[in-house]
Amino acid sequence: MLQDIACGEASCNTDGVYGNDFGAPDDPAGQSLLDQVEAAERELRSAAERRLAGDDHLQGYFEAIIEADQKVEPRDWMPDDYRRSLVRQIAQHAHSEIIGMQPEGNWITRAPSLKRKAILLAKVQDEAGHGLYLYAAAETLGVSRDELVELLLSGRQKYSSIFNYPTLTWADVGAIGWLVDGAAIVNQVPLCRCSYGPYARAMIRICKEESFHQRQGFEILHTLAHGTPAQREMAQDAVNRWWYPSLAMFGPPDSDSTHSERSMAWKIKRFSNDELRQRFVDMCVQQASVLTLSLPDPDLRWNAEREHYDFTQPDFDELMQVVKGNGPCNRQRIEHRRRAHSEGAWVREAAAAYAAKRAVREPAGV
Amino acid sequence: MTDFEYVLGLGDDALVAAQRLAQWAARAPEMEEDIALANIALDQLGTARLLLTYAGELEGADRTEDDLAYLRDDRDFHNCLLVELPEQDFAVTMAKLLFLSAYQKPLYDRLADSGDERLSAIAAKARKESAYHLDHASLWTVRLGDGTDESHRRMQDAVDRLWPYTHELFEGEHADLRAQWLATVEAVLADATLTRPADGGWTPGGGRQGLHTEHLSYLLAEMQVVHRAHPGARW
Amino acid sequence: MSDTPLWEVFVRPRRGLAHTHVGSLHAPDAELALRNARDLYTRRQEGVSIWVVPSAAIVASSPDEKDAFFDPAADKVYRHPTFYDVPEGAGHL
Repeated sequence: MLQDIACGEASCNTDGVYGNDFGAPDDPAGQSLLDQVEAAERELRSAAERRLAGDDHLQGYFEAIIEADQKVEPRDWMPDDYRRSLVRQIAQHAHSEIIGMQPEGNWITRAPSLKRKAILLAKVQDEAGHGLYLYAAAETLGVSRDELVELLLSGRQKYSSIFNYPTLTWADVGAIGWLVDGAAIVNQVPLCRCSYGPYARAMIRICKEESFHQRQGFEILHTLAHGTPAQREMAQDAVNRWWYPSLAMFGPPDSDSTHSERSMAWKIKRFSNDELRQRFVDMCVQQASVLTLSLPDPDLRWNAEREHYDFTQPDFDELMQVVKGNGPCNRQRIEHRRRAHSEGAWVREAAAAYAAKRAVREPAGV
Repeated sequence: MTDFEYVLGLGDDALVAAQRLAQWAARAPEMEEDIALANIALDQLGTARLLLTYAGELEGADRTEDDLAYLRDDRDFHNCLLVELPEQDFAVTMAKLLFLSAYQKPLYDRLADSGDERLSAIAAKARKESAYHLDHASLWTVRLGDGTDESHRRMQDAVDRLWPYTHELFEGEHADLRAQWLATVEAVLADATLTRPADGGWTPGGGRQGLHTEHLSYLLAEMQVVHRAHPGARW
Repeated sequence: MSDTPLWEVFVRPRRGLAHTHVGSLHAPDAELALRNARDLYTRRQEGVSIWVVPSAAIVASSPDEKDAFFDPAADKVYRHPTFYDVPEGAGHL
């Protein structure tokens, strides 16, 4: 199984988690993202009420569950490909949360006020929590966390390429919150309706917690943009550097995207990469004007006919380079993770040894 | 009236402890422990903010928590030396947390009953958190002490190296808290199959008077760099 | 080293409500599992009580047995309070 869920260089990642493989709301227009999360949660409950057409065939039963918008649960029969896609998808999402702690964690000790330090620490802590919720969801599919961590550390599974860019100034913390978390939320809110129950439930919890992340980023940038000239310049510089990598988070253009058709059939994808990217751009333009910061795209303008903004696509060749390991921080990020893992080995071994000794001393007890 | 420098010292203990713990973010031995260490750092940081704000009011010179955290040099910090020592090793972090929380818990218990209403409210909140920190540090001290040969060696080494710094905690008016502290710590060390170091000999101190180790200046340089680069800016 | 054991976590969100399964986590022993559960699943005051259970100790019904296991209860509507007509004016039932 590990071979199957390990990631071939071209086969995944870019359409991955912080990209967008799974599920989608029907009509999010006019709803806040948090409303959409709540709607997904209500729907999860009401779908469970519906009676399924009886079908004794396993495949038939699986398809009936999908058809009724019900959730597939861990011990249900499911097609091997469905299981494999989910494991790969959820694991990459989990890895992204854990690696994603590094670029922002980089600024915790230097946060310029105690309030900002506390907020950032809580945010990076949430990311560890989200990683753990997701590893737990992946484990319900019959793979262990240790196996998945090994796939990450050996480079056989990927994480979102966005975290291979460096955080150079304090304003980058704001830009990550606003743009990167913003793009992640646009991608992830649809995942709250994924057909696999444990993943959908984890995503509902995560999206609710994430809403504070985006707001804190926006607030940081807003404060900087309305501060001293040097602060304002710092904010604009960060937005300039993070804009296109954030657009690239939605994955390659639809014309190049793999996995889509099958994911649509399994109700693990309803909107395409390009649709979600457009939705993100439309959101950001208005928010940028409140920030009084500009988006670094001279061709960004309202298209009355399409009723969307026209914009310049990110550099997908650069994205592919970063996916292949040639981004500015790929090596640094994975080496950091490997070091934390290997330097912690003696602690984990000690805890296991102690538990084993205690099991012998007190066989029945806690 | 409560002394400005005394409250400042309490706040500095919490702030510097938080800064050290925060350095573990994204590099703890296990992902679950990353979350636990962040929680403890957040507790210490929260208490630090309350104490520094109160210290600023006691001083009466309009200094905010951020003024006090970011615009003082190391000679003006009043924290104990224990909290500023570097933490490369998880055993050191747990030993420091054990010693610190076994001291902060009874101290906050006492301050919670003090006549100073502000200080007693802060202490009443902080003592619950300290009880949790003590619990966490105790669990890990026992697991590392009674785990593998390597973990036993590292934990004993951390306890031995940090023990001299614990004397400074009981300088001054709360000297009598040491008996309670010893009872707590000795029980944990015994559970952990660790040897309690002998007293006497070297007893480093001076933190309360602003005489620190060489480590504090580096810690502050990192903490204060952005704030100081933009004088007068809002964040 | 073998995998650290997996634990299932149940949280009682408020007094008066039952413990509900919220997810799982890894911990070498029960004490750490309980602490980890507190930090991971109740950071935002989501609970007043936590259970942790070794995942290996959970015996689950299988979806294959679903009909035999759950259908016999389907016709026992008298177990549901809404089955009963309450005469008008009878309070506190």
